[in-house]
Amino acid sequence: MMRSRLHVPRPPARPGEKPDFSYVAVSPAGTAARPDPNAPLNETEFLSREMVRVLDDNHRAVGPWNPHLAAADLELGLRHMMLTRAFDDRMHRAQRGGKITFYMKSTGEEAVSVAANMALKPSDMMFPAYRNQGLHISRGLKIVDLMCQLLSNTRDMCKGRQLPVMYHSVESNLFSISGNLATQFPQAVGWAMASAIKGEDRICATWLGDGSTAEADFHYALLFAQIYKAPVILNVVNNQWAISTFQTFAGGEGRSFASRGPGYGMPGIRVDGNDFLAVYAVTQWAAERARTGAGPTLIELVTYRAAPHSTSDDPSRYRPKDEEKSWPLGDPVARLQAHLRSLGAWSDEQEKALAQECEEHVNQAWKEANTYGTLTDGPQLDPAIMFQDVFKEETPSLARQRMQLAQELKERAQK
Amino acid sequence: MTQMNMIQALNSAMDVMMARDPGVVLMGEDVGYFGGVFRATEGLQRKYGEHRVLDSPIAEGGIVATAIGMSINGLRPVAEIQFADYIYPAYDQIVSELARIRYRSGGDFCAPVTIRTPCGGGIRGGQTHSQSPEALFAHVSGLKVVMPSNPYDAKGLLIASIEEDDPVIFLEPKRLYNGPFDGDPNKPAVGWNSHARGDVPEGHYRVELGVADIVRPGSKLTIITYGTMVHVCLAAAEKAGVDAEVIDLRSIVPLDVETIVNSVKKTGRCIVAHEATRFAGFGAEVLSTIQEECFWHLEAPVLRVAGWDTPYPHAFEWEYFPGQARVIAAIKATMEAS
Ligand SMILES: Cc1ncc(C[n+]2csc(CCOP(=O)(O)OP(=O)(O)O)c2C)c(N)n1
Ligand SMILES: [Mg+2]
Repeated sequence: MMRSRLHVPRPPARPGEKPDFSYVAVSPAGTAARPDPNAPLNETEFLSREMVRVLDDNHRAVGPWNPHLAAADLELGLRHMMLTRAFDDRMHRAQRGGKITFYMKSTGEEAVSVAANMALKPSDMMFPAYRNQGLHISRGLKIVDLMCQLLSNTRDMCKGRQLPVMYHSVESNLFSISGNLATQFPQAVGWAMASAIKGEDRICATWLGDGSTAEADFHYALLFAQIYKAPVILNVVNNQWAISTFQTFAGGEGRSFASRGPGYGMPGIRVDGNDFLAVYAVTQWAAERARTGAGPTLIELVTYRAAPHSTSDDPSRYRPKDEEKSWPLGDPVARLQAHLRSLGAWSDEQEKALAQECEEHVNQAWKEANTYGTLTDGPQLDPAIMFQDVFKEETPSLARQRMQLAQELKERAQK
Repeated sequence: MTQMNMIQALNSAMDVMMARDPGVVLMGEDVGYFGGVFRATEGLQRKYGEHRVLDSPIAEGGIVATAIGMSINGLRPVAEIQFADYIYPAYDQIVSELARIRYRSGGDFCAPVTIRTPCGGGIRGGQTHSQSPEALFAHVSGLKVVMPSNPYDAKGLLIASIEEDDPVIFLEPKRLYNGPFDGDPNKPAVGWNSHARGDVPEGHYRVELGVADIVRPGSKLTIITYGTMVHVCLAAAEKAGVDAEVIDLRSIVPLDVETIVNSVKKTGRCIVAHEATRFAGFGAEVLSTIQEECFWHLEAPVLRVAGWDTPYPHAFEWEYFPGQARVIAAIKATMEAS
């Protein structure tokens, strides 16, 4: 008798089992061809199956995607990544110490944000997800300003309204981060469409996680982007996990996330997300498409979430303990360091000094941020601020509620 | 009887129903191997298999839509939406489909789907982990809407919801998962083990939908509430020293109008309290009902206590939350009015 059967995807290894990344198809560095950014779809389709990689096993930059960056740019990229990592480590500890309520690290994924930003112009718009702090840091937002958001203090750009990590910056063209997954993806497409409608040359980039590609918003984004050939770069950060859910539950089984691109009529590129140079190169390629009217590009950044999902998460409950040590694409920071070393442009002393500099920078900023208040100590925002910005003008009914709260707080203080 | 917190009680309800009815299946983000981010489905995949406890893609619209399809094909899905704040991608499937399948098919099809979702604030979740969207569902004809305030009710109501042939939106006040919370964040947290409603039978029992519970009898004032606010109102009534009757609605659709009306006719004074925003909140529906049914018995205007008409701010959780002070102020105003 023939019977239908329900297929339930499984990760290759669970706690107590040996990590197994044999499912990750890794092309040798330098082997993927680099088609012209304006080439017809059928000439770019292979990019959704192969993996663009530039750094080889000897840490040299090879192949047609090598962006030939100057050593100074590489160093700058490394600096941003190391600062991002130091910031993440310090803020994770701050949460553990009860200073902030929540935190999400991007450890192991720093190249995804930093390299992409460096390949774009400061005037280009970004719609980030919540694990893209490397964008904010490499765009020059002050660490202390990011910390003030985490502390919901008197200098918090969100005026105490958002959960930690939901930054934004109007000046730096970084849109406000949402807690609701994937919503930014089609919004970024709309931003890019407006740019085209207005005849401007600014382009837009957006990011979301592998798990988030399951949301309908991801599919709206691809559909609208391709129909209108919007000048947008659509980045899927495939870090293998969505909290406890393995990437195969979002469709990464058998087919790459990048292959969704050709399905909608646009190129999809699978790239080594831990290879700073490769991420830079594919972003540059996609930006050229966007700037020349060729339309959108879907980029799948293959990486690994080396940290817990958030400070509320304990990954040892659902994946092997030291899984990241077996991750075949290594660590983006260590790989860029090794590359610089292979160029003779980097020494152990420089590395030590930079690490120390980052740590001091972060510690200094943390001290300063705390002087602007924390949720429990120091200067505090006026709670009345919560009634602002619901609308442009406060309605009479909100004004009444604001006064009612003031009364409540006055009585609370008298007790 | 066993001591259970609300998570354990919900887990037990699903366990009991899965054992009794092979058509009961669970689905949702992280609910399978991991057992859910709040651990409500812990151990159930191991016990009942991967085909009955499904880890879903992160697609709330897809979760509800496929749950509907499964229910049409004879299953009784219990879908978990990880946070009520993330239910909106499924809103179209819930409002336009789930709620109306029985009606639009002349009663020939029905969709016995239960949607469980944690709601409410008090865990520093900011504007995207704190919402109480019950009014958005109560307003839709064809949906039953439930919100328990303790482990005993949670289990009995969830079993009744799963057995129900109509769709149920089952909202779980997450601040109550581990213990009753009276609205004072500075007091040490207490568990359910010292609370009478933390005693939960291990087997099958039902708490019927549409039956409110008078959790504190009284004669001078009626306080109508549900969810986390039940505990806040009980504490506030105690502190205010008023002989207040506190009613836990437990389900807001169907609404136990009889219990409400009998109480208000007896006391002549009433306040309605919920954590959700005030404007067009469920309290407005209760107030209208009271106005229609009890007008000539009222000795004071009926007041509402609610969250402010703003999103739930991260920094000002306890200024936003309608705590004891706001309830006591309303109690006083109501008692002093004449
Ligand atoms: C609409 C919506 N549904 C569910 C959630 C809860 N949630 C937050 S993060 C997350 C996992 C996302 O995984 P992925 O997209 O892979 O990003 P990553 O965390 O790996 O960077 C989930 C389910 C949410 N924030 N929004
Ligand atoms: Mg992920």
